[in-house]
Order: sequence, then C-alpha cells, then structure tokens
Amino acid sequence: MTEKYVLAIDQGTTSTRCIVFDRRGQLVSLAQQEHKQYFPRPGWVEHDAMEIWRNVERLAPRVLRRAGIGLDQLAALGIANQRETTVIWDRRTGVPVGRAIIWQDTRTDALVHTLTARSAAADISHISGLPLATYFSGPRLRWMLDHTPGLRARAERGEVLCGTMETWLIWNLTGRAQHVTDVTNASRTMLLDVRGLDWSPRALDFFGIPRAMLPAVRPSIGGFGTASEAFPGVRIGAALGDQQAALFGQTCFTPGEAKCTYGTGSFLLLNTGTELVRPENGLLGTVAYQIAGAPAVYALEGSIAITGSLVQWFRDQLELISSAPEIETLARTVADNGGCYIVPAFSGLYAPYWRSEARGVIVGLTSYITKGHLARAVLEATAWQTREVVDAMNANSGLTLTTLKVDGGMTADNLLMQMIADVLDVPVVRPLAVETVSLGAAYAAGLAVGYWPDLDGLRRNWHIAGQWMPAMDPALRDGEYANWRRAVERTFDWIQPA
Amino acid sequence: MPGTVQAIERAAAILRTLAGGPGRLGLSEIARTLDLAKGTTHGILRTLQLVGFVEQDRVSGQYQLGGALLHLGTSYLDINELRSRSINWADPLAARSGEAVRIGTVLEGQVLVVHHVFRPDDTFQTLDVGALLPLHATALGKVLLAYRAGGPAPHLETFTRRTLTDPRALAVALDGVRESGWAFEVDEFLVGQAAVAAPIRGYGGLVVGAIGVSGPVERLCDSHYRPLPRLVTYVRDAARAISRDLGATR
Repeated sequence: MTEKYVLAIDQGTTSTRCIVFDRRGQLVSLAQQEHKQYFPRPGWVEHDAMEIWRNVERLAPRVLRRAGIGLDQLAALGIANQRETTVIWDRRTGVPVGRAIIWQDTRTDALVHTLTARSAAADISHISGLPLATYFSGPRLRWMLDHTPGLRARAERGEVLCGTMETWLIWNLTGRAQHVTDVTNASRTMLLDVRGLDWSPRALDFFGIPRAMLPAVRPSIGGFGTASEAFPGVRIGAALGDQQAALFGQTCFTPGEAKCTYGTGSFLLLNTGTELVRPENGLLGTVAYQIAGAPAVYALEGSIAITGSLVQWFRDQLELISSAPEIETLARTVADNGGCYIVPAFSGLYAPYWRSEARGVIVGLTSYITKGHLARAVLEATAWQTREVVDAMNANSGLTLTTLKVDGGMTADNLLMQMIADVLDVPVVRPLAVETVSLGAAYAAGLAVGYWPDLDGLRRNWHIAGQWMPAMDPALRDGEYANWRRAVERTFDWIQPA
Repeated sequence: MPGTVQAIERAAAILRTLAGGPGRLGLSEIARTLDLAKGTTHGILRTLQLVGFVEQDRVSGQYQLGGALLHLGTSYLDINELRSRSINWADPLAARSGEAVRIGTVLEGQVLVVHHVFRPDDTFQTLDVGALLPLHATALGKVLLAYRAGGPAPHLETFTRRTLTDPRALAVALDGVRESGWAFEVDEFLVGQAAVAAPIRGYGGLVVGAIGVSGPVERLCDSHYRPLPRLVTYVRDAARAISRDLGATR
C-alpha cells in the first residue's frame, strides 16, 4: 500500500507555504514563496490576491516533488490563512477589484471612529464578540464599497464576490465552484453572529454590506469540495484562520488549554469550550474551530499586532542586521537594554489597549545606547506585550496560566524564549513542531477525511521539544514591567483626529 | 608547481589596498593605486562584495573591507541563523529517531551546541544550547574535525577508556568519516552513550555545522556496537535537507 500524506496550505502575511505532513504529524517537505507587500500610503498595507493564487499554483508541483510523492498520495488538504485580510473580485472574470487590504491596514480609522459613535455599536460588538476596530474585515469591506465607483451596485446585483483569503483560495482551487468561508474566519469580520454562526442581518445593516457578495458560512472541519486546480482531485477537508489552526496544531482541545504563536504579530488563544466567555480587558471572543455536526468550540484571544514584524523593520528599514535570526546575536552583545524601550505601535496597539491612534516610540535614549541595546529592546517588546496579554487573560478567564505553549518562527530565538519565561514567571514550552499553523490545518483536514481517527490520536503526536524555565529576580521583573508600561503610555494619542 | 591565478592575485592586492587605506576608497582610486583597468577592478570588487569580503557604501559608492573577512576562521554563518534554518528539520529527526537532537559548530577548539531538541518522550530534560563538547570524543565533533583544514588540538583528553586519544587512531577515524559522510561515537565521551552525526553544508559545499542524535548505546546500536542503519539514514536525510535549504548543491 502506498503511504498517504496530508497537505497544508499556509497563506500567511509575508509568504505562502505548502507543507506535506506524515501520519505522525511530522514535516515531510516544504515549499515557500514570498509575495509583495504594497505600502501605498502610511498605514496602508495591501497584497495582490492574484499573485498569491499564482504562488499556490507554482508551489503545488514543487512541494510534491520535494516529498517524492504523487497527487494520489494526498488524503486531503487543509488551509490556514492570514485572517481579516479582505478581497473583492469579479464573479465572471475572477479578477480582483483592487488589491486585498490586509489585517495591519489602518485606513478605516476615520470610518471606525464614525461608526463607534453610533448607538448600535455596542450591540454589534456583543453580537460579533469583537470591539469595533480597524483590524477586522467588516469596516474594510465597507471602505472598499465606499471608495470604488459603482462597486456597491455591482455587489447588490451579485456581480462581485468578497472573502477572506481562504474563501479566495477555495474559490480558485475548486475552479470557481465554491464560494464559502469557515466559521473561524467569519468570526473575524464583525459581520457574524458569533453564537448563531451565520451572518447577522443587524451587523450587515450596520456596516452596509450587501449579503449577495458574502460567502456561505461552513464548519471549519468538514467539506469544502474537491480541488480541480493546483491539486486536482484532492479533497479540501478544512479551513481555519491561522491562529485557530495553531491552537488546533498545539492540540489545545480542552477548555483551559492555551498557546501563543510568534509570527509577524503574536496571538495568544485560550480554549474556552462550547460556551463563549464574555470577553473583557481588550480580549476577543472568537470561534476556535467547529467540526461538522458538532457544536462550535470558542476561544478567548489576545492579539498583539507587531512582534516579528518589529524584527523585520529592524532588518529592512534600519538595516542593523542582515537576517532576522541575527537579532539574537546582536542582542547578546549587551547584558541588558541599557534603559531603552521600544513600543512598536506601528498600526496602533491591539490587546489589551485597542488604541488605533497610538504610534510607536523609542524611549530612554542616551548616548550610552548601542545597536545591541536596541536589539534587546526589540526582543523585550515581544516579551512584555505577551505579559500584558497573559495578565488580561488570567483576569478574564479566572484561570491562571501555569505554562505557555509557544510556536512560530520566533521560537528559534532562545534569548526571546528565555525573556518570555522570565517576564511571565512560568515555564515556556515548545512542542516538536514549530509549524503548528500548517500542522493544525493538516490535522483538521486529515480528521475530516478519517486520515486521523479522533482528537486523542492527534494529541498523542504532541511532544515537548524544548523548555525554558523562569530565572529572573522578581524585583527586577517588577521594575522593568513598570518601565515598559510607562513607555506604552507615551504612545497614546499620537494621531490627532483630523 | 602549477601556474598562479592572476584574478586571485589582483583580488588579494585589492584587499591589501583596502586594509592599508585610511578608510573607504573609491573605484578609481583603487584602480589607480594598482595600475589596473577600471572594468577589471570593478569586476573583482563585485565578486568580493558577493562573498562578503568587501562592502560598498550606499551613499558614496566607496568600498571598504567586509564583515565576513573579519570572521574568517570562526564561522561565516551566524549561529542563530543556523538554528533558525535547521529547526524545521531537527524536529522531524527527533520524532523519527525517538532520540534527542543536537546541532553544533566549532568554537575555539570545541563543539558549541547551537540547537537542542528534547528526546520526544516528555520526560524532564534541560536545554543545553550554549554547552561545549570535546571535538575528538563526540560524533558531532568528529564530523566538524573531518571537514576542517588543519589538525585537532594537540592534547586529546581522555573521557572514557574508549576515547580516541591517539592522534593516528583519530586521523584514521576522520578518514572514515570523510569516506562515509557520517560519524558516530560509542562510549567515547560518556559511558553508555552513543551518537550519530552528519555534516550540514552551506554555499559552495562548505561544512558550517553538524547535526546528530544521541542516546543510550542499547537503543542506538546493534549487538556489534554499530549504529542502526535506520538512524544513520534519518540523520543524513536531515543534514541534507538543511544543507539544501542553506543553498548547498549536492
């Protein structure tokens, strides 16, 4: 019998990756392609959705060749995608109407400001589980409809379709047969009734979005049809937002289990079971996953906008290092931050503050500060932002986090992992799979087609690959945390209302 | 004696000129100093820039010695970069072999552990990234020694009765490593412990590190104290996958 595998498509913010996994959940082959980031104005960030789809087509033969397998050996494919990124395209030609607007984009700032003033705003937050913010897709869709001549009329006539990235990919993979989204991605639009798990007529009315352009909402794990393009004949078993996929990949299936993924941004998700916990302290209520025929499982989420992208900025814009991992080398040239703090509020601050008018600061500069201190401050920014989110999570859930499960590219940075253990005062654990986003998509797809029998089978694949123990003097920790919070306060109210 | 390569002589002269100069030098200045055509000089500078021996200032367009030149003889690949590029392949190695994985490079005559993946049995283990191991008594070290110019340290310390302390015996073992493409240790550093390792190669095939698994002799070896062929295959596959990602051609 030929061995079967599962494929994951991880459509991320900076690149698209196709990864083949085996039955043990181990990586067999990987192919990756970066796509262009468009920054047309300050605060605007866009992608070319067509470029992303072409990348998937290009990666398909490459990843199979590297694994040395054929299409018939793929039991299923699963998609994990950058969330809240939104694209509108022509139903007939398949060509996007403008570029996709990505999750970091803050152009809807003024719109969100106006909408927040409306009396219904609080109800919409309650229905969707989300605070009204530029981060989510709903305001973004409204902005596109307002700023593209004739688009609203075409949307009402059903001539254009919209979606987040998984919707765009599934539509293309299935030869334009399926216009669908999964509940986890839908739960990031502000348009979904997060309890009823379908589009909320009140929310659609509030944002002014014609229902005709929206995809059908489906469970994350079940069926999204069969691919006819890129991976012809392969079943699309699952689709999940990338952070939900990581939660699944870390096998956090039980209420109280949590993970934090360190990528472009960082996202701490806590499984809260089949009940939606009322989010407080700037946390979000979101769908974790839904298996077809079963109730949805919810999560509390603490979102941090800028972590890995601060390192990228340090590399590409300041040019103080030539590759991201060198940040650790540079940071280790000094013993501490020298009194310097960087708060990367590049697109405002997310959890626990949700201040879209905040902008980044570097404070504590003296002539003593070297690039080594700056590198340390860059890494510490990720550690302290994690601490703020964990504090909020502990207060909201009534649980106390005793270990932090981590994943994502930044977990290769040992100094950062030690810093996180130090500032949280709990052990930090990395599982034997850094690529948990892709793994989660693969697990979900494999589960949908019976490649893996059940959740317990997946859990048995989880093993500890590395662990960092806290070793920081409590007085130093408290002092540094206080300094960090003073630095954060200095970012507030930088952007003045026009 | 075979003839000399003129381009390399000229490259060396350019590097000496840059090293002896007051700071950055312009293209014409370098060409004039060495009495070379500007086109020739530019071609050599471009090549030196590509390998990191020369850097060009973005604003003035002038040249200076590159960072890579200063680190010649230590390691040209940043250790944190090596870990970051290896991590995806070290995990599957640990999962398939069921043993702990370590990646090492040479630091001042020893093996520096730059990455460590726990044995996947969820027992309590401690990360030993940053630890130093002897070159001649470990599989990782023997791989690193085998592909390095120059001999091992003059004094070969004894750790167990089976440590290779005779330079000739070690030289024979290293010949074997170069021939087979992998190394092993049995009871040589710690009694009861065995390990298998293979080279990680970067651009141009240069060995930049070694990856290996280690564990109890009874799990890693057969009754003749030879490592299980299955483990050797896993280790070499992982090493090749990392090398491919680092740009080594086979």
